Amino acid sequence: MRFFATFRIALRALRRNKLRSVLTALGIIIGVGAVIAMVGIGNGAKAQVDAQIASLGKNVIIIWAGNVTSGGVRMGQGNAGTLLMRDVEGIAQEIPGVAAVSPEVWLGGRAIAGSQNWNTRMLGESPEYFTIRQWPFMAGMSFTEQDVRGATKVCVLGKTVADQLFGDEDPIGQVVRIWSVPMVVVGVLAPKGMSVMGTDQDDVIYAPYTSVMKRFLRTNNLRAINVQTTSQDLLTPVQRQIEALLREHHHISPPREDDFTVRNQEEIAQMATATTRVMTLLLAAIASVSLMVGGIGIMNIMLVSVTERTREIGIRMAVGAHARDILLQFLIEAITLSSLGGILGIVIGIGAAKALSLLAGWPTLISMPAIVVAFLFSAAVGVFFGFYPARKASQLDPIEALRYE
Amino acid sequence: MPNVIQLADVHKTYHTGEVDVRAVRGVSLTIGRGEFVALMGASGSGKSTMMNILGCLDRPTGGQYLLDGVDVSELTREQLADIRNTKIGFVFQGFNLLSRTSALENVELPMLYIRDHLHHHDITERATRALQVVGLADRADHHPSQLSGGQQQRVAIARALVNQPALILADEPTGNLDSRTSIEIMGVFQKLNDAGITIVMVTHELDIAQYTKRNVVMRDGCVVSDVLVSKRLSAIEELQRLEQDHQAVQLTA
Repeated sequence: MRFFATFRIALRALRRNKLRSVLTALGIIIGVGAVIAMVGIGNGAKAQVDAQIASLGKNVIIIWAGNVTSGGVRMGQGNAGTLLMRDVEGIAQEIPGVAAVSPEVWLGGRAIAGSQNWNTRMLGESPEYFTIRQWPFMAGMSFTEQDVRGATKVCVLGKTVADQLFGDEDPIGQVVRIWSVPMVVVGVLAPKGMSVMGTDQDDVIYAPYTSVMKRFLRTNNLRAINVQTTSQDLLTPVQRQIEALLREHHHISPPREDDFTVRNQEEIAQMATATTRVMTLLLAAIASVSLMVGGIGIMNIMLVSVTERTREIGIRMAVGAHARDILLQFLIEAITLSSLGGILGIVIGIGAAKALSLLAGWPTLISMPAIVVAFLFSAAVGVFFGFYPARKASQLDPIEALRYE
Repeated sequence: MPNVIQLADVHKTYHTGEVDVRAVRGVSLTIGRGEFVALMGASGSGKSTMMNILGCLDRPTGGQYLLDGVDVSELTREQLADIRNTKIGFVFQGFNLLSRTSALENVELPMLYIRDHLHHHDITERATRALQVVGLADRADHHPSQLSGGQQQRVAIARALVNQPALILADEPTGNLDSRTSIEIMGVFQKLNDAGITIVMVTHELDIAQYTKRNVVMRDGCVVSDVLVSKRLSAIEELQRLEQDHQAVQLTA
């Protein structure tokens, strides 16, 4: 029996019971729709996280003072006072593969410019910091090595701070007062958006680290050190060497624990995407359950259909249909039902994802592989759950089937 | 040219539970090309079992059955399906048409299962021709529910004809029809038989059997009588007589 004719017979049988077909396919429609929508949301979230990871900079290793406890909570980070300038110098001079190093000190406070004021934070860095983070300037330029040596009172504003303090005015050359210390603005950074942790990366003022240390904090303790390696392959080896070097500097040997924490960009990315991965797995589990339920619905209706059409099967066998022809007919019917459900589900899923991104403002990303996999999976559900009823139909005895009322 | 049907000592025993039911007990029968046979008998006489065996829906448990020269006693399920498809046309008591499928598509059905595929165009053409033979060409796109019982049975006959079988098997073809329509259907069969088609018909109606050429009577699984019909009725003449009677009644009234 020709495939096309069988397909037509199947379609006609489904059309005959429109409501029933739709209700049967509903399980698959909802299952596939949910998968497409959720994967869309998951992918959107992942793309967002990826962009945030990229906003960290390129080939970045970050060293924090203090240690991360086994529970994952960073205790007293930044206040440990364990990182010093000689650690920075050691990393820059002794470890090969290091492209740039920037010590970091931190200070919170109110910035005042004219009649405007804004609660923000000030980070002391070296000029190389902007290279490490691949952070372009919107206006002006970075402070220089000379500013670092002279502990000059200059600063670079993040986009948020610039907007809050100066609005439409040009901030370059203006004075910002922090802790009553006047700082001259030399540059404004391009916006970077949210960080992995969800904070506004543009709500910040940068100044030479020497200025912050000498004029504000009066301390030699660093909060962190930012390091950039010359290539991505060197991230792990350089990280190991930094750990070894700092242990040597800090006279740490087992069983004493490190008084610093080193993370490279890949590790941070992995930590950030772990949530997304778990979510995706969870969605896949829910999806397979709903597809399973949909499949059982199809099997149920196909069994009913076989019983209802016993006489038809008898007639077909009497005029020469092989068991295989009958098997194929019902199998194609089941596959058609589940595939159409799959296609409808894909359309609804895409619609739902678009609606969500419009209404809730969530970024969604519909991926072609997800659509293909969802479709193939729904067809496979038809094969799996349609086979038993189809086989049952094909095994009928034509004499009995013809006599069936 | 071989006989259409040649049965040699055919047995059929059903093993149901503890008792063996011997439905057919040694039937030997030869039916030649162009014959028109009525297979008769009371219920339980074994004629239905006989019908299933003749129709290759069931296999005999003993003896030999040659259909159109082919021994079908030992064929597999699938081979029997092919034999049914190419050599036998079925006409049932309850018409057994696919509902919500047009008359034309019902007639096309056997051609969908021919092993060497036909072109769609040929299928439609052959089905249309078969409908013309039974005089229903103008009803090709009607569904069974839109057709009368007699018309439905004609569609079923067209379906039986369409693969040019060696044998048409009719199982109580007039059982669900009124007497006038029954005669019309017998007229169709007689016309086909006159064109050389072999027909075997199961019936329990004696008057209907008078339209055939040969009556075989079964009882308790054996053939007890096998006679040629001496005073064969012609459906055309009978219909004319019915018409005259009808007019006579109207005139007197």
